[in-house]
Amino acid sequence: MMLAGFLQRAIMQGIPLLYGSTGEILTEKSGHLNLGIPGIMYMGGIGGVIGAFLYEQNAAALNPVLAVLIPLVCSMLGSLLMGLIYCFLTVTLRANQNVTGLALTTFGVGFGNFFGGSLAKLTGSDIPSINLTATSSYFRTSLPFANDLGWFGQIFLSHSFLAYAAVIIALASSFILSHTRVGLHLRAVGENPATADAAGINVGKYKYFATCIGSVIAGLGGLYYVMDYANGVWSNDGFGDRGWLAIALVIFAVWRPNISILGSILFGGLYIVHNYIRDLDVSGQELFKMLPYVVTILFLIVISIRSKREAQPPSHLGLPYFREER
Amino acid sequence: MAQTQTTKEPLFHIAKRDSIVWWKAWGIRTAAILIALIVSGLVSFLLTKENPLRIYATMIDGAFGTKRRIWGLVQELAMLLCVSLAVTPAFKMRFWNIGAEGQVLIGGLASAACMILFGESIPSPLLLLIMIIASVAAGAIWALIPAFFRANWQTNETLFTLMMNYIAIQLVSFFVYKWSVPKGSGQVGVINRTSHAGWLPSLGGHDYLLNIIIVLLITVAMYVYLKYSKQGYEITVVGESENTARYIGIPVKKVILRTMLISGAVCGMAGLLLIAGTDHTISRDSAGGRGFTAIMVSWLAKFNPVYMILTSFLIVFLEKGATEISTAFGLNASFSEIITGIIIFFIIGCEFFIQYTVKFREKEAAK
Repeated sequence: MMLAGFLQRAIMQGIPLLYGSTGEILTEKSGHLNLGIPGIMYMGGIGGVIGAFLYEQNAAALNPVLAVLIPLVCSMLGSLLMGLIYCFLTVTLRANQNVTGLALTTFGVGFGNFFGGSLAKLTGSDIPSINLTATSSYFRTSLPFANDLGWFGQIFLSHSFLAYAAVIIALASSFILSHTRVGLHLRAVGENPATADAAGINVGKYKYFATCIGSVIAGLGGLYYVMDYANGVWSNDGFGDRGWLAIALVIFAVWRPNISILGSILFGGLYIVHNYIRDLDVSGQELFKMLPYVVTILFLIVISIRSKREAQPPSHLGLPYFREER
Repeated sequence: MAQTQTTKEPLFHIAKRDSIVWWKAWGIRTAAILIALIVSGLVSFLLTKENPLRIYATMIDGAFGTKRRIWGLVQELAMLLCVSLAVTPAFKMRFWNIGAEGQVLIGGLASAACMILFGESIPSPLLLLIMIIASVAAGAIWALIPAFFRANWQTNETLFTLMMNYIAIQLVSFFVYKWSVPKGSGQVGVINRTSHAGWLPSLGGHDYLLNIIIVLLITVAMYVYLKYSKQGYEITVVGESENTARYIGIPVKKVILRTMLISGAVCGMAGLLLIAGTDHTISRDSAGGRGFTAIMVSWLAKFNPVYMILTSFLIVFLEKGATEISTAFGLNASFSEIITGIIIFFIIGCEFFIQYTVKFREKEAAK
């Protein structure tokens, strides 16, 4: 049953990446390379932590629905704010996307670590560190009969609602992108905004909506990490480089959220495979942690050499659109 | 954009400016920095409930308070400036090298390897020479790999260089565990603590003076290279339009490879200065995010090496100042990243008002 345990852990590692990559795919389809995703995911995580912390501190008894809803809403508001900052600067003010994204990451990671490290002190409570086990236990509620179903239950049914939501969101995004008019318009904006504009599509509106919704989805990955994976314990820099890995996953999934579901499990597996190899010393583990990045680079090279049209980034990715510029 | 009925002329529209007088441009930038400082002062005030003036005073004290702090500030400035200079030629060519973090680390790793492996056996001047060659070559190779694929198959360089960072970080982690003292601690500790083999010499009793002089020389060289050399011109043309470049006979592939080689080599040099000239140890955090900050520094300075001294000063000043605020008022050290983020948002935003003008509808505009 080691394999089942490995797969279960791989899926848990993969869920934050799946959220991040689905969000980033929506954003990139509108022609915006948002390098702020790592910061946004931190923001989503800390947003949930702040909400849960304040609720746990102020409520006499925890109401299960509110205990999930408050952190969820706070997390979404946090990442929405980040998305709006990014949109305002890159869409309205046409600033450079890479620079804005990196600044957003600096800000978001700093914000997360700052409030994670000093939230207790700022609110004047005497708790040494933030430990939201109570809230986390509500988030981690899984199907009651999962454990009775052996390996199948362990791999597929033992997860919490946020994990299933990630898969559903990815499938829904995939459907919207390839089978609806809204998705068609969005792809048109990312491929050639001038043509889309001429066809009467409101380019700015599509960019704003795609980026902000994408940010909110990515932020949920941060929330999942804190509440489910880390049992409600915030540790500074604990989220690590998962945000960048999510961006790597976008390439691996060739900009399709449904492929991203399998990709996220693969990446999650690669991320933890070093724990499952016998007689591996610490330095060897460090080499193994390279794997997801090496795989992404190889993949990037292969798709660029083969240059199949459906496997390329949106052609206007990273470029600002200004109507008067021809 | 504002949603208005099509029958009516929109309330305002945006037009690109042909040019702007320099004092106006700098006025807008200064105003943005001032507003940003006020906003960050306000944020600090809300978090600490301290007198805002005291917060600013603490900031200045953190940056310039003592002679030691000033040296620290100038040293940090030099390091950030060095990485920023390194990424600049690539950016001018519109090659988004966000792999400076990895290129610096791999350069640092090469010099640390020389210090550890040859520290006892090779005389110091020769060792330093080997270190310089090794770290510059390591940085250059790390940058050439993505450049090669970009030049030949248009492989997306932003994503490629980004991934290379993490490979470099893990590689450093691997060697840090291999070399760790004591075994298994996961830390290298100060390399050659007693013999000082491979340490950059201190000039006139100042440890960092040599670093600062080297970076100044690189600054001047980069300015001349970009502004007055033929190769600098080729970089600009390739950046403006690859098709134009091809049309007037510039070998685009060669320019991409050559420019990334230079970019990576300077990053490798920065790695050497960090390991051999400053830290004398190595860890996965040795580059300290400078590779990413440098991108903002370089862009804010409009890719001009001389302005870059100003912009890296601004960033380093904020970091030092905000760190002092966080220690003085008992806040978490990540406070400086929040402040840096806010200021950069404002500066990024203000560029819009330099490049574009907002024109209001005629009736409203009539005075």
